[in-house]
Amino acid sequence: MAQLQPVGKKDDDREDDSEYSPFYGIEKGAVLQEARVFNDPQLDARRCAQVITKLLYLLNQGETFTKTEATEVFFAVTKLFQSKDIGLRRMVYLIIKEISPSADEVIIVTSSLMKDMNSKTDLYRANAIRVLCRITDGGLLGQIERYLKQAVVDKNPVVSSAALVSGFHLLQSNPDIVKRWSNEVQEAVQSKASLVQFHALALLHQIRQNDRLAVSKLVTSLTRGTVRSPLAQCLLIRYTSQVIEESSANPQSGDRPFYDYLEGCLRHKAEMVIFEAARAITELSGVTSRELTPAITVLQLFLSSSKPVMRFAAVRTLNKVAMTHPPAVMNCNIDMESLISDQNRSIATLAITTLLKTGNESSVDRLMKQITNFMLDIADEFKIVVVEAIRSLCLKFPQKYRILMNFLSNILREEGGFEYKKAIVESILILIREIPEAKESGLSHLCEFIEDCEFTYLSTQILHLLGNEGPRTADPSKYIRYIYNRVVLENATVRASAVSALAKFGAAVESLQPRILVLIRRCLYDNDDEVRDRATLYLNYLNGGGNEAHSKTFLFTSLDVPLVNLESSLLSYDASERRFDMSAVPREMKHQPMLEKKTPASKKAAKEAGQKAFANGHLTSSASDAYEKLLNSFPEFSGFGKLFKSSPLVELTEAETEYSVNAVKHIYPQYVVLQFNCTNTIKEQLLDDVSVVVDTSEAEDFIQVASRKLSSMPYGAPGQAFVAFQKTEGRLCVGKFSNILKFRVKEVDPNTGDCDDEGYEDEYQLEELEVTAADYVLKTVVTNFRGAWDAINAENEMVDEYGIGVRESLQEAVQAVITILGMQPCEGTESVSSNARSHTCLLAGQFIGGAQVLVRLQFGIDAQKQVAMKLTVRSDDPEVCAQIHEIIGSA
Amino acid sequence: MEVSAPLIKNILLLDSEGKRVAVKYFSDDWPNLASKLAFEKSVFTKTQRISARAEAEIGMFDGYVVVYKFISDLHFYVTGGDDENELILATVLQGFFDAVAILLSNVEKKTVLENLDLVLLCLDEIVDGGIILECDANVIAARVAMRGAEADVPLSEQTISQALATAKEHLARNWVL
Repeated sequence: MAQLQPVGKKDDDREDDSEYSPFYGIEKGAVLQEARVFNDPQLDARRCAQVITKLLYLLNQGETFTKTEATEVFFAVTKLFQSKDIGLRRMVYLIIKEISPSADEVIIVTSSLMKDMNSKTDLYRANAIRVLCRITDGGLLGQIERYLKQAVVDKNPVVSSAALVSGFHLLQSNPDIVKRWSNEVQEAVQSKASLVQFHALALLHQIRQNDRLAVSKLVTSLTRGTVRSPLAQCLLIRYTSQVIEESSANPQSGDRPFYDYLEGCLRHKAEMVIFEAARAITELSGVTSRELTPAITVLQLFLSSSKPVMRFAAVRTLNKVAMTHPPAVMNCNIDMESLISDQNRSIATLAITTLLKTGNESSVDRLMKQITNFMLDIADEFKIVVVEAIRSLCLKFPQKYRILMNFLSNILREEGGFEYKKAIVESILILIREIPEAKESGLSHLCEFIEDCEFTYLSTQILHLLGNEGPRTADPSKYIRYIYNRVVLENATVRASAVSALAKFGAAVESLQPRILVLIRRCLYDNDDEVRDRATLYLNYLNGGGNEAHSKTFLFTSLDVPLVNLESSLLSYDASERRFDMSAVPREMKHQPMLEKKTPASKKAAKEAGQKAFANGHLTSSASDAYEKLLNSFPEFSGFGKLFKSSPLVELTEAETEYSVNAVKHIYPQYVVLQFNCTNTIKEQLLDDVSVVVDTSEAEDFIQVASRKLSSMPYGAPGQAFVAFQKTEGRLCVGKFSNILKFRVKEVDPNTGDCDDEGYEDEYQLEELEVTAADYVLKTVVTNFRGAWDAINAENEMVDEYGIGVRESLQEAVQAVITILGMQPCEGTESVSSNARSHTCLLAGQFIGGAQVLVRLQFGIDAQKQVAMKLTVRSDDPEVCAQIHEIIGSA
Repeated sequence: MEVSAPLIKNILLLDSEGKRVAVKYFSDDWPNLASKLAFEKSVFTKTQRISARAEAEIGMFDGYVVVYKFISDLHFYVTGGDDENELILATVLQGFFDAVAILLSNVEKKTVLENLDLVLLCLDEIVDGGIILECDANVIAARVAMRGAEADVPLSEQTISQALATAKEHLARNWVL
């Protein structure tokens, strides 16, 4: 081996390589040859250490060793235990862990490592423990258990930590052995060494995690004492919030166990502890604004920190809080605004989206100006986040649609990738659907966009929408030009969509029909089959091939069968037999089998998504369309008339129980249908004849008229059972339903899929489901509340005053009333500025039967926190006004 | 609800072109070399134009929280799950960064490669299978240098200068290929 040239002296063959590396030109074969020095009778420790470094370098660069190579290296390395050189020994430990020898090879090093475990040198002991525990199997563990137990309480922290962390890993494979160390681990929790305390606490919790009582005891004793290590303190906070989550809080007194401990941690000297505690408080379920305040205050301080990591952590947490408690975050708005210009774009984006969630109507214009500059220099992924935030802002303040729609159309014209453009287009589509006033301007923005759109998917989506919405606008003819341009200029897929869109105009607007026919005729010579076929088909329809009503339904209604079902029916259809029968296609949704057990992270995401959906308040119209279609496909319910409202999902079981059931309340003018979505989470069971038995003893206004069973429910595949009720006429029917899931259980062998034939009857108690007054009110968006208010005859106004009693804050009172009424807050009046003594809140909705109802709530709070409310209701139907008052009066 | 101790997903040390200098993965989220390299590339590309020299910077990439700090031609990264406490990740990063600075006379790619054994030992002393083993740079550096290996002096009582002395001694041995 040649001596390494001194740095700076250049070799010929790496003249171009400006960088110098001791590993230049390294090659696996050569290094493996070099590894023979491990077998020398006279070991050169330094040289051996270098060869190991080279091997590790190769592994680190992604090189792999074959089984034989690894075995050879491993055996050679074991020889090196003869050397007393400290540096070499460390490298030997490292490479043994990297190579991870197979079980039969481990034996070779066991005795050497066990010797090191009893060495006088603490660092040898610590490392030997880590290596041995990493490579060993259960059998050997028994032999060394005694040493490990002692090591846990060793006076040197490095030894103790090594044993504890190894125990943490071993707990997966050998829980019984590790659990026997409990006493020692408990002693180590009291260690003065900060990291030992941390490792001991982590292990102790891991040992006891399935024993709720033990965890609760652990938390109770440690939160009183002094845990010095910041990392251990962070752990304790996590465990504490788990205990809080699982223990039922005392909702009456409002006192949450251990809240004081979390709040105390906000004054800890270590920033990581302060943050961990603040975050834990914001994530408490059902957190009140009083509980939130101290956490928000420390997070606000973090916002102006000089450290990007702290600003990021704080703004990310506040952003999450803003989804559920926007008013709580409003105090931070000034600090947030200064973060828009933060060098770190992640922080800036989070700040903007937080502001968009908490901002009030008056700040929209200013905010949009700042965002316009900001959008120029951020990446697409951030832009998408901003676009989504703007969309929800626009739904919250529909009067601002003009400025927000303009913003969206401006950014639509700028450069951007598909995902970004898709997000913008989808936002505009949603705004068009939700805000009638925005329709015309939205459509013309989209028309301009498809003139120069490189994404086929987006063009076809927009053309479809133009076909449906365009004919119903004031001047349908102006869209024709844009659509026909597509026929001339685009690829076949877009051309086909354009032809369909044209046909819809032809069918819906009589005056345009002759001109449309001319245009479609030109498409008969298109060089693409699909385009020609569509043109022929539509010409036939429009030329009176079918009656007018028929052609309209054909063009404007989508298929009433799920596409997946249609596809499978078509696949099994044999063309020779008879004509394909559309009505024979099954209408019931077949759900995808449940995916593998969800990870905790995705569950959390689902929970957040759920909260988000709840915060938005109403289901998107596409979801309620889907419900209506589903219900109409069953003969039992098809005669119930028009579906008025479908509630959000209500969970009727706790998470992670054997059967998971949630329910949707479908409200019809005279009927209520309860839809129970059931999932069987037991692999070993197949459920047959699944039904829900509903007891109406606390819901006397309801008479059961129909029900629908679920014939079979295999593992993981959700299914629906239904029960329908007739309501007593002439009154607002409310009540509580108690529900029992009934079924026949059949055992299934999960390996073979065989199931026994007999089975046995069983039942499962579900939680109660309540139909409240809010179920009879539909949230509606009113762009001009004042105008709508004045448009209703003032004679139909009913005013009354109510005392609401003592409340924590005005915000809480406002929220409570909104929830009871289930109406849509307008003009952002649902958020109360902090410390306000009075507040006015405007609500809009549609009452069952179709009458529009507007509500003005005026709140006042006195020094004793007594809240009084004046309720003014206007509706075209005086009956409805009275009913709203009745709802509040009886709440 | 499952509660976990803070977990480190990986620690990366890349050069100014995004190439690996030393990396250590503690999570199965990246099952093969290709996915690891893809993650490194993605993180590097998204951070290369950011000046993370004075203070550690942070971002969300591919659903992970990544804290990072750069010095000369070296990029240090520590990755955690998307709901990890950002400040804990930053503490680990700082521990790694400072420990390398204590051990090496001059923190740049060249010296790191020349003393790769020390840097790999550093990684080994900071995190064990995802669990934070130690994040105090002085303690890490001392353990890497095996200071106190023979003496009975507890490591925590060692000083930076002692650690430095060992490191210098190591350098003085002048790497030989």
